[in-house]
Amino acid sequence: MARTMAEKVWEEHVVRRAEGEPDLLYIDLHLIHEVTSPQAFEGLRLANRKLRRPDLTIATEDHNVPTENIFLPIADPVSRTQVETLRKNAAEFGVRLHPMGDIDQGIVHVIGPQLGLTQPGMTIVCGDSHTSTHGAFGALAFGIGTSQVEHVMATQTLPMTPFKTMAVNVEGKLKPGVTAKDIILAVIAQIGTGGGQGHVIEYRGEAIRSLSMEARMTICNMSIEAGARAGMIAPDQTTFDYLKGRPHAPKGELWDQAVEYWKTLPTDEGAVFDKEVFLNADELSPFVTWGTNPGQGVPLDSVVPDPESFTDPVERAAAEKALAYMDLKPGTRMRDIKIDTVFLGSCTNGRIEDLRAAAEVLKGRKVADGVRMLVVPGSQRVKQQAAAEGLDEIFKAAGAEWREAGCSMCLGMNPDTLKPGERSASTSNRNFEGRQGKGGRTHLVSPLVAAATAVRGTLSSPADL
Amino acid sequence: MEKFTVHTGRAVPLRYSNVDTDQIIPAVYLKRVTRTGFEDGLFAAWRTDPDFVLNKPEYKDGTILIAGPDFGTGSSREHAVWALQNYGFKAVLSSRFADIFRGNSLKGGLLTVVLPQPVIEQLWEMVEADPATEITVDLVNREVRAKDIVEPFELDDYTRWRLMEGLDDIDLTLRHVDAIAEYEKRRKPWLPVTQ
Repeated sequence: MARTMAEKVWEEHVVRRAEGEPDLLYIDLHLIHEVTSPQAFEGLRLANRKLRRPDLTIATEDHNVPTENIFLPIADPVSRTQVETLRKNAAEFGVRLHPMGDIDQGIVHVIGPQLGLTQPGMTIVCGDSHTSTHGAFGALAFGIGTSQVEHVMATQTLPMTPFKTMAVNVEGKLKPGVTAKDIILAVIAQIGTGGGQGHVIEYRGEAIRSLSMEARMTICNMSIEAGARAGMIAPDQTTFDYLKGRPHAPKGELWDQAVEYWKTLPTDEGAVFDKEVFLNADELSPFVTWGTNPGQGVPLDSVVPDPESFTDPVERAAAEKALAYMDLKPGTRMRDIKIDTVFLGSCTNGRIEDLRAAAEVLKGRKVADGVRMLVVPGSQRVKQQAAAEGLDEIFKAAGAEWREAGCSMCLGMNPDTLKPGERSASTSNRNFEGRQGKGGRTHLVSPLVAAATAVRGTLSSPADL
Repeated sequence: MEKFTVHTGRAVPLRYSNVDTDQIIPAVYLKRVTRTGFEDGLFAAWRTDPDFVLNKPEYKDGTILIAGPDFGTGSSREHAVWALQNYGFKAVLSSRFADIFRGNSLKGGLLTVVLPQPVIEQLWEMVEADPATEITVDLVNREVRAKDIVEPFELDDYTRWRLMEGLDDIDLTLRHVDAIAEYEKRRKPWLPVTQ
């Protein structure tokens, strides 16, 4: 029977199947960070259990870490305790850890692919909803809670009920200046924040196939913002080229065997998805959010919508509440919205390609007066590569702040936050109330829009410069 | 985990949709390394508003939260479940939950119940008209009862059994440790190791 890619990966990992019970799935890679692991390690300790497979587990420090002065002790004692707790736990349970200052430290979803640990056909989990990022390689990757983190630590498996499948077909070609971020923001606006609920999304079509691995990761990253558990893209030559030669990629004969297997993973012709969505890439333009959930977005060329225009009373009420929080009036041109902070980074858009795209726009230009721009590489390796290409000099010359790797201003958990009333253009993934700091207002944008916005001080695309 | 069979209590009407986990508990509260004491972070930003529903004395003793659609969207933080439980909630009713939040809640013994939106609206009106209204969430019979409302809900047999017995998933899985070891022998030879 014709099967989807998600179904193939699932089947390959079933350890045990019994009538009336969830499938027990084997987990190939468990990524750990400081925020969602301490209670799980404590659970193991209390039950006198060991970590079953430390060799399939890797840890890093990302959510809490400052992005300046990283060789000083963390100033916030509670954050410091959490990071130190991870270090103690990693040592006690034998987990490889990339701490602050290590060359392989960075956002957990940036370092997995970079090390070649993320490969097609794997099951990957992490106590972080943006684990969906790794699906860009044709892996089944999803975020889990702390109870499940402990479960994977103890058993290297998870009991799971099968997901439904959903195809998001993006045919056609993207216009210049339109990026992966615009695709995914448009998808979420179309299907809503609950549109993918219970589903694994497979992104397909000409526009998806033409994307780089970095861009594919941006798309899969935000699957969770459409309510989906995971996002996947079929592995192809682009995937294999990205992986080849990475530290943990297979080598020699094993590489050939692996590629042969990976080529069997894409969805079979005639396989049926539970749900299908269609988008035309030719019609897309830079996309930005106006509200307080990622589904509240419009093209940059558009205006802030009128809550009265929503027929669904729940959506109308949500729009009213969002506009009040965002301090925006219906009918305002998106391009007229003034920004005081620009954040370039995160697991959505903190990879080398994102930095290159923004640097290209900022080259020879200046960040507008009164605007603060933070450039935060997704990992120390990304930082190093950017510096080798001279991108750091471009950012600094433009007046942006060049920082160390971490989650930074994506989530208001480290020193990089918005102050109440501040308004950002952010390449991250969530525009929830207070996400970037209590009272802060967030517009989600692509790296190109972020850079152009920094120069003009209002939401802009490079075409406006 | 505490067993869940039948719970009767007062309810708190939360008339918002898309209540994300950053609203349930902002990231700044996630720095702790314990599983308890998160009640102060629950809806922290909204609770600074004296008119917010949890600040109203008539809803002070609520143990059942009635929320709008898409409750628990966003991050995977299980702290959202802990914050609700630490505050005293035993069940959340909504017409749609985000997947990860739902999974976390059912692992941790916070019963999340999916009801049709019109029923949620009826319950909102009922507890707004009379905050002392008692609502019963009955997992044994899989139904919610309040005054003249008797509404069945769905929950798979396995999860229901686990909640009613208060069973730890890890213990259940460790019964199959031989199957896990057997599976490990047939994993692809090129799969990466971290060490």
